[in-house]
Amino acid sequence: MSIFIDRNTKLVVQGITGRDGSFHAKQMLEYGTCVVAGVTPGKGGQKFENKVPVFDTVADAVAATGANTSVIYVPPPFAADAMMEAADAGISLVVCITEGVPVLDMTRVYPYVQDRKARLIGPNCPGLITPGVSKVGIIPGRICTAGNVGVVSRSGTLTYEVVYQLTRAGIGQTTCVGIGGDPINGTNFIECLQAFEADPDTKAVAMMGEIGGTDEQQAAEFVRAHMSKPVVGFIAGQTAPPGRRMGHAGAIISGSAGTAAEKLDAFKAAGMGVAQRPADFVTLLHERL
Amino acid sequence: MNIHEYQAKDIFRRFGIPVPPGDVATTPDEAERIARAYGTGVVVKAQVHAGGRGKAGGVKLARTPADARAAAQQIIGMQIKGLTVPKVLVTPAADIASEAYAGIIVDRASKRAVYMVSPAGGIDIEEVAATMPDKIMRLPVDPRYGLLPFEASRLGFFLYMDNAKLAREAAKIMRQLWQAFTASGGSLAEINPLVVTTGGDLLALDAKMVIDDNELDRHPDIAALRDETAEDPSEVAARRANLTFIKLDGNVGCVVNGAGLAMATMDLVKYYGGEPANFLDIGGSSNPEKVVNALRIITRDPNVKAILFNIFGGITRTDDVANGIVAATRDTPLTIPMVIRLTGTNEEIAVQILQQHGFSAMTDMDDAVQKAVRLATGGKAA
Repeated sequence: MSIFIDRNTKLVVQGITGRDGSFHAKQMLEYGTCVVAGVTPGKGGQKFENKVPVFDTVADAVAATGANTSVIYVPPPFAADAMMEAADAGISLVVCITEGVPVLDMTRVYPYVQDRKARLIGPNCPGLITPGVSKVGIIPGRICTAGNVGVVSRSGTLTYEVVYQLTRAGIGQTTCVGIGGDPINGTNFIECLQAFEADPDTKAVAMMGEIGGTDEQQAAEFVRAHMSKPVVGFIAGQTAPPGRRMGHAGAIISGSAGTAAEKLDAFKAAGMGVAQRPADFVTLLHERL
Repeated sequence: MNIHEYQAKDIFRRFGIPVPPGDVATTPDEAERIARAYGTGVVVKAQVHAGGRGKAGGVKLARTPADARAAAQQIIGMQIKGLTVPKVLVTPAADIASEAYAGIIVDRASKRAVYMVSPAGGIDIEEVAATMPDKIMRLPVDPRYGLLPFEASRLGFFLYMDNAKLAREAAKIMRQLWQAFTASGGSLAEINPLVVTTGGDLLALDAKMVIDDNELDRHPDIAALRDETAEDPSEVAARRANLTFIKLDGNVGCVVNGAGLAMATMDLVKYYGGEPANFLDIGGSSNPEKVVNALRIITRDPNVKAILFNIFGGITRTDDVANGIVAATRDTPLTIPMVIRLTGTNEEIAVQILQQHGFSAMTDMDDAVQKAVRLATGGKAA
């Protein structure tokens, strides 16, 4: 089992003919993801890699192929529209990889997607992977291995680092989800934790947060109140100065709020395992599995 | 992107918000001339992208043109929170009857733009929030409708509950502030203080705006407001090279791909007893040129005693990074030690390239960080 993506995932790639979209569509096909369609307005009727049909609109792609999941690689100015188009076409899981979506655009996208009962992951995220089954996004498949740990993270390469260390130590994953580093995004930590709690194959969860906002604190409260499975957490940015944006648009300590210390305290108070460094995930998860 | 007070006031003025007149001076001469033209007492205000200007001595009242000159002399070139003040705003002094606060922020929790207003203005709004929460009204704006007239009215009456005329004027300013904020692609817009003058008029005495970097392509006029003289030179160089760079006080220079891993690398430097010299993210799609620029920016900092590369190749090809390291050090050989950790896409090719040029590469993040800390501290830590 897994969360959000599995054998029934039928994927449409928005921006499939672009530089990033075509590169990653190929990687996803090679990984075995069921890529049923691509969308690039004006290129409808073409075939990607001689097999995946390209459509002008997501609605066309859904009607013709029954796609239920979308991944977005379109440039930032058009990403908000692409997310809303996917939700409006009846896609139930919308994954936006694009980095640099304006935050005011996201204030409009979020309620729009919610109203249409779609789940949004991202933007500015690496997507998700259920090892050996399906990959939606850009997480390198070879660092993952199937197993019983759920992984959820606000970061990209930090997730790879942790997953790589887990895989090397023989700890496999059910699903790895990157929820993205923007201040306003779709699916949050709590929703992922909820899904992992409900997934019978997931036995423990590794969670990587970072400075900025209060998502991790709320997630810790959720763990304390509602989770039976062990959760190990890490916060990036313990050495980050206040008031500075650390690369990710959402990674900023505002005034005195959103510090790593505050988040780590919340983890401890919730009885979670606290990884001081990425390598600690291995020992802390071994102890709990 | 931060813009200066005078630039934010220009934007506010364009949307009809009442702001006092003012002119910018980059020399004491100019400040004196501007003060003379106003013929009244003036306030000389540092234009700098840092809070706490007043406390730092960056805002001075000047009764005469000569005083304005002296104030500008003191303020221009002074350091506030590590940034040099490049210019001052000279503006007529106002007679203030009362001060309030009005601002719009993007709130992560409600995923909306939120108004915050308080009749207790002129001071730190975070402090008001902590000590007198009933003195703040928070109003999230539904992005589908924008700020509705009745909402603006609620904000106005919260600020001036016993003065209907002021409340209505304030409501109008709230609507104008919404226009200014959304039309500029703001992530923050603030009037602090919003004052009532002794003559009974409302005036935005100070203005602050932060622009969402992701909006700059849509708003070339706003992007043109960027003042590089007010920024840290190394951060300007990094932005031009498409790198995200933040200077810190330590001595281990870090080059990493990805923001989360970059932060985790800095944290690990600290964990092993060292201090990171910077945050530097070379981003996803690497090319050798980016690595060359990254090394140039880092080695410019005399505090840096060792350089640490931590590259996890996903989209980033580690052979690109290796080629960049070779290219950068061919022109200007390093005078400080460097530790390279890379793993992932094209790792074998990268290791080969590095070895051919006399470098070695490590694969474990902890090992690499410990080694870099040891080299930077001369063997004292880790």
